[in-house]
Parts: sequence; structure tokens; C-alpha cells
Amino acid sequence: MDLLADAIRQAFGLLFSGDPYLWRIIGRSLQVSSSAVLLGLLVGIPLGTWLGLARFPGRGVAVALVNTGLALPPVVVGLFVYILLSRQGPLGALGWLYTPSAMVAAQFVLAAPYVAAITLAAVQSVPPELRLQARALGAGRWQALLLHLREARLSLMAAVAAGFGAVISEVGAVMMVGGNVQGETRVITTAIVLETRRGRFATAMALGLILLAIAFAANAFITRIQQAAPRRRRPLTS
Amino acid sequence: MAGARHEPLLEGRELRHSYDGRLVVDVESIEVRAGEVLALLGPNGAGKSTLMRLLAALETPDAGRVIYIGREVAKDDRRLRRAAAAVLQPPYLWRGTVAQNVEFGLKARRLPANERRARIGAALETLEIAGLRDAPADGLSAGERQRVALARALALQPEILFLDEPTADLDVTVRRRLLADLERVVRHAAPAIVLITHDPGEAFALADRVAVMEQGRIVQTGTPGDIFEAPATEFVASFTGAEFMLNGIVETAEEGTMMVRLDSGQVVEAAGDCEAGAAVRVGYRPEDVVIAPPASPATSARNRFDARLARLHPQGGLVRLRLESDGLSLEAVITRHSLEELSLEVGARVVAQIKVTALHVFPV
Repeated sequence: MDLLADAIRQAFGLLFSGDPYLWRIIGRSLQVSSSAVLLGLLVGIPLGTWLGLARFPGRGVAVALVNTGLALPPVVVGLFVYILLSRQGPLGALGWLYTPSAMVAAQFVLAAPYVAAITLAAVQSVPPELRLQARALGAGRWQALLLHLREARLSLMAAVAAGFGAVISEVGAVMMVGGNVQGETRVITTAIVLETRRGRFATAMALGLILLAIAFAANAFITRIQQAAPRRRRPLTS
Repeated sequence: MAGARHEPLLEGRELRHSYDGRLVVDVESIEVRAGEVLALLGPNGAGKSTLMRLLAALETPDAGRVIYIGREVAKDDRRLRRAAAAVLQPPYLWRGTVAQNVEFGLKARRLPANERRARIGAALETLEIAGLRDAPADGLSAGERQRVALARALALQPEILFLDEPTADLDVTVRRRLLADLERVVRHAAPAIVLITHDPGEAFALADRVAVMEQGRIVQTGTPGDIFEAPATEFVASFTGAEFMLNGIVETAEEGTMMVRLDSGQVVEAAGDCEAGAAVRVGYRPEDVVIAPPASPATSARNRFDARLARLHPQGGLVRLRLESDGLSLEAVITRHSLEELSLEVGARVVAQIKVTALHVFPV
């Protein structure tokens, strides 16, 4: 118990001391995960929108595949991306292995299904007649689609938060493809593993607290959106 | 309602449309004339809303053509969609303020900001909701939402306005006010209006012409007077209030009038041209049955029945009466005032009279 209390006390000391080692790791984590989520949004939002609104043979299978993506084990994704980027792999020529780009690629594979699945649910929660009403007021198909996404925007923001929360806290994939190189590919989760092994519990705890704070902020954002949603669906009265 | 001009603005020809293999619209011909109010009247599931969507180019028919000012409408026809506006049911408003909702179609048409502002202000004034301009749309009552939806469509100054059940889901008071305002707005703006309704009273009050729909087909089109006075089918008669039917056989028929022997034995005179010997159903509206004290002098009504009052059923300011006359049951409606004036109570003897033109005869 003393060890834990001591570690927490030292962790706060480290956080407020402006330790460059610590803040470089935090900065790299935010950079890698933000880039992965951004790419996940670029792919996941159009994919989720398409799956949510289009009707085509095999749509059910496609939706099931996206939902399966939510349960992808990070180490399996890490292995898959490692093979792709290894010297003998199809993308080996890129030379990305053990660089932040490889970590972004792995986290993108993890984030995109979250974004797509939440986008799918979000666009389906908006009544389809809303687009029809927009078109009945002279809007083109794209204008009506943009309106539909705008109506789902709070849920889409939840997709951002969920995607970010999924990747910022994973360790398996980034460890495998990033290699945990100091100053290059060391991120919060891989640093926690390393510092714990070294017995530097205060540093590991400081990083853990930062990770918890980031995860808490992402979840608080989702909760706020979820609590705001019922106000919109209140029953009509005259 | 408005002074209707008679050139067709929008036409539908041989329109067929199915959902999941079920034919929901099967209309040979329909036209909307400039400046008129055309009501599509029918029960739920008659295909009214689908026909409206086909005419508004919001859906493409499986077969048939929609023609706007002489030119066939293509899929997603911008020319028609920019000239028309529709208010769907329920009125879908989106997040944002009332003004932002009303502005949507104006932005879609890329109107300059100053014109958008002017039109928003005018539309909100017309619908008497200027005070709600900056209110969030998701906090409005059902009546206010309907007004915003109407303002959003009227701000576009459409040539054709489609209104899908504009008073559905509103309580009686709100509905009455909205109908009165709708009539005023339509007179002022004078677009052609296609009004979808399942309420004959609403159709007859607002429309210049009424197209009655049954199971995807238009079974009669005409002025409210035509539909009311001369329903073409038993369905039209029944749906527009002549819900009471008597079975009988035509005994004689000449010069547009018939003598029909009812199953109960009485003979009634009715207008129409069925052949002698034909089995028919005779419909009447309870409000067309005139009640008088026994032995009252004859009137112009040729069908007279001595009857006994079997039941009284008050309905607000009106009272529905069940009359029995030698095996014939008739329903009548009179005001409470008339009931008191005639001192009627169950068991009283009365004379029930129905004019020849108030009986609607349909072959079986």
C-alpha cells in the first residue's frame, strides 16, 4: 500500500515538474492516436454512412464484418500490420516498420471499425423521411445527405471519442510495429510496460494517470452526448 | 378556395407504383391546375401519400409519366423540385432554430442572404410565429412545428405546394386555428396546392376539386359539391358521410328516377339510372333525414316514413336518432335545439322524410 501511495505522490511530482521524457511520450501518444483516428474518420464515416443508408445484396454480411472489427485483438492487428510492413512484406518498401507511421497504420485498423459501426448506428437513428423532406424543399441528394449527417452529428462525435478511446489505450499493436524506441515510437502504454519492468513505478504511475485522464475525458464526452440525446426525442404536445 | 384557373400545371398519366410487390398506386390520370386546391381524399393506405411523392418527383413511378407544364419530369427533376415544395407528415424539423429551419430551402436554392432574411421574416409573419424566430425547433409544440413546416415551404414561394395531412396529430382547437390560417395563407399566396387528407370535412372546406382514392385508384374526381351530391361509388358515398346503406331492387326506372323496393318492403323514390330488376344499395346521410311531428303537412320530400324513435344518442351539440318504421331502420341527426323543440323522447312517433336527391343508389 505504501508503494502505491508513494508511486502516486511521485507521479504527481513528475507531472508538474515538466519532465521532458514524460511529455515527449505523451505528445507522441496523442500524435499517433489522433492521426489514426483522423484516418479512421476519413474511411469510417463514409463507410458507415453508406452501410447505414444503402440497400444492396450482402449488406448484412458487410455490417457483420464491420461489427466484428470492434472485437479485433490488437496483437493480431499488430501481427497483421507487422507482416505487411516487414522487409519481406507487400508494403516493406515503405520502410515504416518501427516508425510512428507503422503505429498509425495499426491503430487506424483498430479505430476505423469503431468509427464505421457508430456512424452506421448514428445515421440509422435519423428518420429517413428527413432526407425526403429536405429534397421536398428543393435540396439535391448531397445537400440532403449532408443534412442527414448534420442531424447525426452528436452521435458522430461519439464515434470520434470511441475510436480515440479504443486506440490510445492499446499496447499490443503499437509495441509490435513501433518497437518502443525511445524518443521515436515510445507511447504511453508501451512506456508503462517498460517502466514497470524497470521498477520505476512513479513514472509508470504518472503515465497511467495521464492515460486514465485521457480515457476519462473521452468517456465523459460520450456520456454528455448520450444524456443530451433524449431531449431531442421528447414527445410532441400541442 | 382561390379563384382556380384551369390550365394543367402538373399531370400524372398511367402512374403505377408498388412497394414489396404490392400495387399502391394505380392512377390513369390526374391533373393539378394552376392556382387550385386539389384534395387527395381517402382512408389510410389508399395510396395518397405515395401518389403525392410521385407527383412531386420525390419518387420515380414504376410505370407512367409525370408532366410539368407540358414536359415530362425526369428522375430527380430539378425544374419541378425547385418549383414545388412539400410538407410531409409528420413535419420533420431539424436541429437548430426556427429561422434556420425556414432558411434551409432558401439556402438550397442559393438565394442571397438579404433575400433569405426577408423571406424568413415574411413567412414567419404569415404563419403568425415571428416570435419563435430564434427558438430551438426541438422545443416546439405540435401546432408550432406544423406552422414552422408550413412557413419553411411557403418561404420558397412555390408554384405547387404539397401538404400531406397538415392537421394530423393536432388537437381540435389547434387544428381549427391552423385550418383557418391555412385558408388565409392559400388565398394570399395562391400557389396550386395538393392537399392530402383522410378527412372529408377538411377536403370539402379547402379544396376546389377533390380526387377520392381507394386502394391506389382514383375512384372519383370533382368539385366538393359533385362528390357530395353525386358520389360515384358506394365507397365514395360511404367515405363522405353517406355511411348508411339499404338493400333493395329497382322496380321501375324512367327519366333519371327510380322506384326501389327495399328489403324491408317500403318503396322509395331515388335519382339514378339503374335498370328495372337490378339489385341495388341505397345510401343516405343521416343529416339528410328530416324529422317532423306526426301528421305534419307534406313537404317536397317524396319519401315519407311514419316511424318510432327507438334510440337517442347525444353527440355534443347534435343528437343521433335511431328510427324504426315497419322493419326499416333509419339513422338521423338533429340538433339538441330541434330535439327540445320537437319534445322527442324514446318511443315517440315521428315522420322521417328524405328527398329523392338525397338517396344515392349503387348497383350491387
